[in-house]
Amino acid sequence: MAMSREDIFANVRDTLVDALAVEPEEVSEDATLTGDLGAESIDFLDIVFRLEKSFNVKIPRGELFPDDLLNNPDYVANGKFTTTGLEQIKKAMPHADFTNFEKDPDVNKMPELFTVKTLVNYIEGKLAA
Amino acid sequence: MPAVVLVITVLANPFSVGRNMRWIWIDKFVEFESGKRAVAIKNLTLAEEHLHDHFPGYPVMPASLMIEGMAQTAGILVGEARHFAEKVILAKIRKASFEGVARPGQQLRYEANAELITEQAAQTAGTIYCDGERLGTVDLIFSHIDQNMRGLNFPEENFVFNEDFKNLLLSYQLDRSAAENKT
Repeated sequence: MAMSREDIFANVRDTLVDALAVEPEEVSEDATLTGDLGAESIDFLDIVFRLEKSFNVKIPRGELFPDDLLNNPDYVANGKFTTTGLEQIKKAMPHADFTNFEKDPDVNKMPELFTVKTLVNYIEGKLAA
Repeated sequence: MPAVVLVITVLANPFSVGRNMRWIWIDKFVEFESGKRAVAIKNLTLAEEHLHDHFPGYPVMPASLMIEGMAQTAGILVGEARHFAEKVILAKIRKASFEGVARPGQQLRYEANAELITEQAAQTAGTIYCDGERLGTVDLIFSHIDQNMRGLNFPEENFVFNEDFKNLLLSYQLDRSAAENKT
């Protein structure tokens, strides 16, 4: 039987509680991984490892957290995503919500795209595939 | 436990450890299965200065150094899996828990299992035994820094795995061939 979104959220929450040593109450859908939950770069790897195990899925490098767009001058100029860059990252991260980011696509604000909801959406899509 | 994590990161930081500094916290490997599992032992003795300070009158092996012992056991396991081509750095202590203490005269046994080794990183699960009794759990994440920290330039040579570390593995291989020759 397919997992409900609530089940996926609960599982993602437990994963983040273990990986980031945060309290379950802190893990809301809108919480950002770095800003609100204090994740550092290596934690992203840990989170990927844990999600793979917990949901029994394979998460290829760059699929959940694209890491190869920032070095491309066509995509990023003067610290902001270009129109092409924005299109690319939206394509690469259909699981993220770009509503706010689009207004000011500053690369420093990229961490705001990585919310708990982004993870839940990603896993939901992955399980449905 | 942020405090412990900080200490270990500093201790395990290769930039802080000079080439000639001895920083080996395992005595020898007793099992080594490439890419899968490594087991090392460490004998505790009062000849080790640090035990006199930790604590005066009650010498016990500091948990931070047992984490380092596991990091070395597991780190060599991870490094060997890629023929020491990667610079393997302890990146995160996923879990460290200890249920007892280890004292001079006792023997620690570090059992490390590789759960995952990818291009970028590796994850290991470890159990520590003291004189055969389970003492604790140390689960770690290692980063292959050349793959992971783009934009930063690290020295060409593999400063992580110096001769001291490689010699540990060599001794194990020599022990094994000696044992095989006997039978």
